[in-house]
Amino acid sequence: MDTLLQQLINGITLGAVYALVALGYTMVYGIIGLINFAHGEVVMIGTMVAFTVIVSLAGSGMPLLIVLGIGLVVSVIVCMVLGWALERVAYRPLRHAPRLTPLITAIGMSIVLQNVAMIIWGRNYITFPPMIEKIIYDIGGASFTNVQVAIVSLAAVMMVGLIYLVHRTKIGMAMRATAQNPHVASLMGVDINRVIAMAFVIGSALGAVAGCMVGSYYEIAHYQMGFMLGLKAFTAAVLGGIGNLAGAMAGGILLGVIEALGAGYIGDLTGDFLGSHYQDIFAFIVLIVVLMFRPSGLFGERTGDRA
Amino acid sequence: MNRRVGKTVSWQRHWLGMLLVAVVLVAVPFVAALGGQAWVRIANFAILYIFLALGLNIVVGYAGLLDLGYVAFYAVGAYTYALLASPHFGIHLPFWVILPFGAALACFFGVILGAPTLKLRGDYLAIVTLGFGEIIRIFMNNLNAPINITNGAQGITLIDPIRIGDFSFAQTSTVFGVSISGPHKYYFLLVTLAILVIFINIRLQDSRIGRAWQAIREDEVAAKACGINTRNIKLLAFAMGASFGGIAGGVFSAMQGFVSPESFSLMESITILAMVVLGGMGHIPGVILGAILLTALPEALRYGIDPLQRMVFGHPVVDPESMRMLVFGLALVLVMRFRPAGLWPSSQRRRELSEGTH
Repeated sequence: MDTLLQQLINGITLGAVYALVALGYTMVYGIIGLINFAHGEVVMIGTMVAFTVIVSLAGSGMPLLIVLGIGLVVSVIVCMVLGWALERVAYRPLRHAPRLTPLITAIGMSIVLQNVAMIIWGRNYITFPPMIEKIIYDIGGASFTNVQVAIVSLAAVMMVGLIYLVHRTKIGMAMRATAQNPHVASLMGVDINRVIAMAFVIGSALGAVAGCMVGSYYEIAHYQMGFMLGLKAFTAAVLGGIGNLAGAMAGGILLGVIEALGAGYIGDLTGDFLGSHYQDIFAFIVLIVVLMFRPSGLFGERTGDRA
Repeated sequence: MNRRVGKTVSWQRHWLGMLLVAVVLVAVPFVAALGGQAWVRIANFAILYIFLALGLNIVVGYAGLLDLGYVAFYAVGAYTYALLASPHFGIHLPFWVILPFGAALACFFGVILGAPTLKLRGDYLAIVTLGFGEIIRIFMNNLNAPINITNGAQGITLIDPIRIGDFSFAQTSTVFGVSISGPHKYYFLLVTLAILVIFINIRLQDSRIGRAWQAIREDEVAAKACGINTRNIKLLAFAMGASFGGIAGGVFSAMQGFVSPESFSLMESITILAMVVLGGMGHIPGVILGAILLTALPEALRYGIDPLQRMVFGHPVVDPESMRMLVFGLALVLVMRFRPAGLWPSSQRRRELSEGTH
């Protein structure tokens, strides 16, 4: 029982991070139908920037919460600029190119960002200084920390904020209109370029927050960390039905929980034949099984056979 | 009368062209050897990648199925060869048994992957193939306990080279008075294989099957309505692409004498896809060009960047390895930015693009 509860708690924490990153993928995909492969790298840059800011401010005698807050804000701003620049340089000029062309530029940008990060932050693992004093809460044989509480609640706030933005504000309405039909939206006076840029900027901001969470949860960062994280988050987005905001959130949480449960129980299930280092394959196996039965994801619209 | 003369002339030019290509192909390894044996190996890899890229071209270029896990089949072929011709299990089968077997096994995996994913479209298919590639890699990485099958991350070493009778591809031997080293022999083997795959690609392109693939790529519903069995034809594309991957894997294994899961990362799949797209999807000369460029460019950068840095700054400022990948990434972005249809697209595709329908 306590393993179950413990893995559920860990899974929800991890899932909250996946969900935030998945939102970045799904927003861009919903609007222009592009897999932004470089998004994982944006998240990684977010972690690295937060790390640099927090470490350099740590000795200044400012209160801890303010230091963390500044780190978060700076990293969000840097990532927003980065997301905007990415769209401008690598995607906007190719909006009418064949479908696979922007995929290759996305991969190219991802390689570029990774190597820029390696040049700046080095090729070794970076460990975060233990700044937050961990408080451990016990509940029914399982335990969780205040960091986990902060991650899950911050993620919840971000998601509610995003839903409000998309469904209750003018720019949100413009986004939904563009997602449905860009040509008609532009006839109605929506500035398509601005909407697309906004999707990148907002997605990158969410990614930066997720990056800070990963950094504070694992207390470790590496220039290649964006890759696997991005891959999992993208899987989560597809699992929920890509282009669908609620789907990305649900997909993220679901994937986190499945992964944690899988890693916790795989030894028992297979009689210790397969160990927990198979953790990474759960995401993909679940994805393949779900897509076999629901080809457009759990919450995706059935597009039907049309050209 | 006139027409006949014209035809003879064009045939003569045709053969002249072929002869020229043959002379260049024979000369390449000897010219490359002037820059050191390393360049012969690079030439070998370029041809291996041509082989892989043309295999993927069938799936992506002809049938329009975006496959991000192509390297899985390459891995299956490589590990099949490695396990059946190395001291790891003590089995030493000859290559002409293993290569077809590896191709068949890869083909089988292609069908396994293809069958459940036939309903999926575009990007959903892409992510499932990507996941499949990762699953294969993770298994190769971890199948060393409790039973040691793949030897985990250490990989398998001392793999037998390709050997015909006493003629081993790993040693230097003298043929007609000319001394030919191991990499040179593999070069000629690879060229033979590459010509075979190019021939198959050309023959497929306008065949009944090839046209069916293109019909599916352009409009699957319409293709179905025209009486094409889309399920079988799509499976065939997967199976055929996969078998080419399997053969390439086997040759890779024999040539390197060593395989490890590291060689079959997602980045590898992406590089092969980039070769296809960068060169010009669905256009054989374009894909060949893409494969050669993307193999040669990183190597040329490896040899070029360090001296350049020393020349400009007097000492290496930036780690050359990351600088090399940085330039590689930028090159991908710039080429696609200025030639969205690839460097050498087919004339048909170019026409479609300029008309604005794609």
